[in-house]
Amino acid sequence: MITAALQEREHYLNASYGIKSWLLTKDHKRIGLLYLATITLFFFLGGAFATLIRIELLTPQGDLVSSETYNKLFTMHGVAMVFFFLIPAIPATLGNFFLPLMIGARDLAFPRINLLSWYLLVIGGLLSLYAMLAGGVDTGWTFYTPYSTSYSNTWVIATALGIFVAGFSSILTGLNFIVTVHRMRAPGMTWFRLPLFVWSTYATSVIQVLGTPVLAVTIILLFCERVFHLGIFDPTRGGDPVLFQHLFWFYSHPAVYIMVLPAMGVISELVSVYSRKPVFGYHFVAFASVAIAVLGFLVWGHHLFVSTQSLYAGLVFSFLSYFVAIPSAIKVFNWTATLYKGSISYDTPMLYAFGFIGLFTIGGLTGLFVAALGFDVHVTDTYFVVAHFHYIMVGGTIMAYLGGLHYWWPKMTGRMYPEGWAKLSALVIFLGFNLTFFPQFVLGYLGMPRRYHVYPPEFQVLHVLSTAGASVLAVGYVIPMIYFIWSLRYGKVAGANPWGATGLEWKTASPPPAHNFDETPIVTHEAYDYRAVMGEVEVG
Amino acid sequence: MTEHIDRVRTYVLVFAVLIALTVLTTAVAFVDLGPFSVVVALAIAVCKMLLVALFFMHMRHSTRLTRLVVLGGLLWLIILILLSLTDFATRTWVGVPGR
Ligand code: HEM
Ligand SMILES: [Cu+2]
Repeated sequence: MITAALQEREHYLNASYGIKSWLLTKDHKRIGLLYLATITLFFFLGGAFATLIRIELLTPQGDLVSSETYNKLFTMHGVAMVFFFLIPAIPATLGNFFLPLMIGARDLAFPRINLLSWYLLVIGGLLSLYAMLAGGVDTGWTFYTPYSTSYSNTWVIATALGIFVAGFSSILTGLNFIVTVHRMRAPGMTWFRLPLFVWSTYATSVIQVLGTPVLAVTIILLFCERVFHLGIFDPTRGGDPVLFQHLFWFYSHPAVYIMVLPAMGVISELVSVYSRKPVFGYHFVAFASVAIAVLGFLVWGHHLFVSTQSLYAGLVFSFLSYFVAIPSAIKVFNWTATLYKGSISYDTPMLYAFGFIGLFTIGGLTGLFVAALGFDVHVTDTYFVVAHFHYIMVGGTIMAYLGGLHYWWPKMTGRMYPEGWAKLSALVIFLGFNLTFFPQFVLGYLGMPRRYHVYPPEFQVLHVLSTAGASVLAVGYVIPMIYFIWSLRYGKVAGANPWGATGLEWKTASPPPAHNFDETPIVTHEAYDYRAVMGEVEVG
Repeated sequence: MTEHIDRVRTYVLVFAVLIALTVLTTAVAFVDLGPFSVVVALAIAVCKMLLVALFFMHMRHSTRLTRLVVLGGLLWLIILILLSLTDFATRTWVGVPGR
C-alpha cells in the first residue's frame, strides 16, 4: 500500500526516464547522484592503488613491485583520492543535493553550470585516468619541481591537465553555491537561521573560488617549463624550485580545508539531530568556518620548512599555523558541549560523528606537532606526516561523508539502510582505520620515511599491523556499498522525516519532488529549534 | 540591480587605449631601464587591468557586494605575493648558504 503510493507519487527519480534524462539533467539532485557515482569509482580506484602499496609494504624488501612502479602507485593513489574523490566528495554530492533543499530553494542559482561542473570533473578524471593507463606518473601528488618538469619521464602533463580541468569544476561549483546562498534563500531564512552545513559549505566555496585559480596558474607554469623549457622553477635555467612549492601549497593547504570544512558541517547537523539539541554556540561555529577559510590561506609555508625557504619565513608560517587551531578547537568543544544533557541516540550517522570528533582531534593536534618548526624538521617526510593527514582526511572527512550519506540516504532514495549492518560496518571502519594509521605515527616517529618501499627490518611489525588494518578497513568500506544498493529495492520505506529532524530538507517528501517543495517554505524558527518543532514532528 | 549600459563609443575607446598600452609595453621592452623595466611593465599592466575591470566588467556600476568580491580577489593576490616574499626577501639573512 505504502509502496504503491510511493510508486505513484512523482519525484525527481521517476519524473523522467532514460540515459538522456540523466546526462542532460539540470536537477541538482540528479547531478548530486552523478557525482556520487563518479567519485565512488575514483574512491575504489584510489583504494586499489592503496591496496597494492600496503601489500608491498608487508615485507622490508621491495619484492612485489619495482621502485618505479611503487612511485607511480603512491602518486596515483594521492591524485585519485585528493583531486577526484575528497575535494568533490561532500560539497559536490551531499552539498549539491542538499544545499538548495536546506535553504528552501528550487535548485542552485545556475543549474546548467552545475551540470557543466560535473562534465568538467568527468573530463578531468578521464584525462588523468588515461595518463594512469598509458603509463602512470611518479612525481607524488605534489608534483614538485624540477623533478616534475625536467627529470620525470612519466605522464606528468596529462595528469596535471586532468587536475587543471577538474579544478574548474571545483571553481564553478563554489561559485554556484555562493550565489545560491546569497540569492535563493526561502523567505525568513536569514543568514543566522542557516543550518551549519550551509555555513561550512559556503566557507568552503569561498576557498574553492579564491584558491583553485592559483592551482590552475601553477599547472600552466609547470606546463610552460616542461613543454617549452621556460626557466621558471628549474634552477639550471634561472628558475626557483621553491616558488613552485609556494604556489602549490598556497592552493593545497587551503585545499585541505576544502576537504574538511564540509565534513565539519555534516557533523554539526548530526550532533544536533541525534542529541535533539541546537548546536551549542551556533554563531561561534558558523564564524569558525569563515575563520578557518581565511586563516587557512596564511599558513602554507609550514609545508616548506625543510626546503630552502628562509628561516624567518618558516618562523612566521609556524606561528601563523597555530591560529588555525583556534576555530577548529571551537568547533570540537561546541559539538561536545552540544552533547551535554542531550537526549542522545546511537544511530549509525551518530556513530560516524563520534568517530569524526575523536579522529579529527588526533589529526588536528598532530597538525600542531608538525607545525612546530623544531619538531617538524625531525618528522617531515616520515610516516608521522602520513598518519597526520590520514587521520584528518580518512578518519575525519570520510567518516563525516559516510555519516552524512547514511543520514540523508532516506531522503535521497526514499528507503532506509539496514541499521544492524550499518552499525557493524561503522565499527569495522573505526577499528580498521585506527589499526591502519596509528602504527604509522609510531613508524614515522622512529624514522620510517614516506615514499620508500624498502625499509629496515625492525619496522616490519608495525607495517604488518598497518596492512592488517587496511584489510579490515577495506571490508568496512565494501559492506555499505553492498547494503546501500540492496536498500534501493529492499530497504524499509522511509517517511518524509525518519529522524525527526528540523531542517527544511525533511519538510518535503522522500525522495523529494523534482522542484523540491510543493509550496515555497516560510522559515519562522532558528535552525535546530527542537523545542519549537517537537510538536509537529512525526517520528517513524 | 540597475542595468547600466555604456555607449558603444566608450567601449571602442577603451579598446583602443588597451591596444595602445600593449604597443607601449612592447616598445618600452626595447629601452634599457635597468630594474625599472619591470616596474614600468607592471604599472602598465595594472592600468590595463583597471580599464578591463571598470569598463568591460562593469565594475563602475556594480553593486557593493560585487565590488567586495573583486576586492577579495585582489586582497588574496596580495597575500600570495606578500607571504611568498617573506621567504624570498629574507633568504640571505642567516649567513648560511641555503638558509
Ligand atoms: C584540518 C584538516 C587538515 C588536513 C586535511 C591536512 C592535510 C595534510 C596533508 C595532506 C599533508 C601532507 C602534505 C604532503 O606533504 O604530501 C599535511 C601536512 C602538514 N599539515 Fe596538515 N592537514 C590538516 C590540518 C592541519 C593543521 C590544523 C595543521 C597545523 C596547524 C597542519 C599542519 C601540517 C603541517 C605542518 C604539515 C607538513 C608536515 C611536513 O611535511 O613535515 N595540518 N597536512
Ligand atoms: Cu598545510
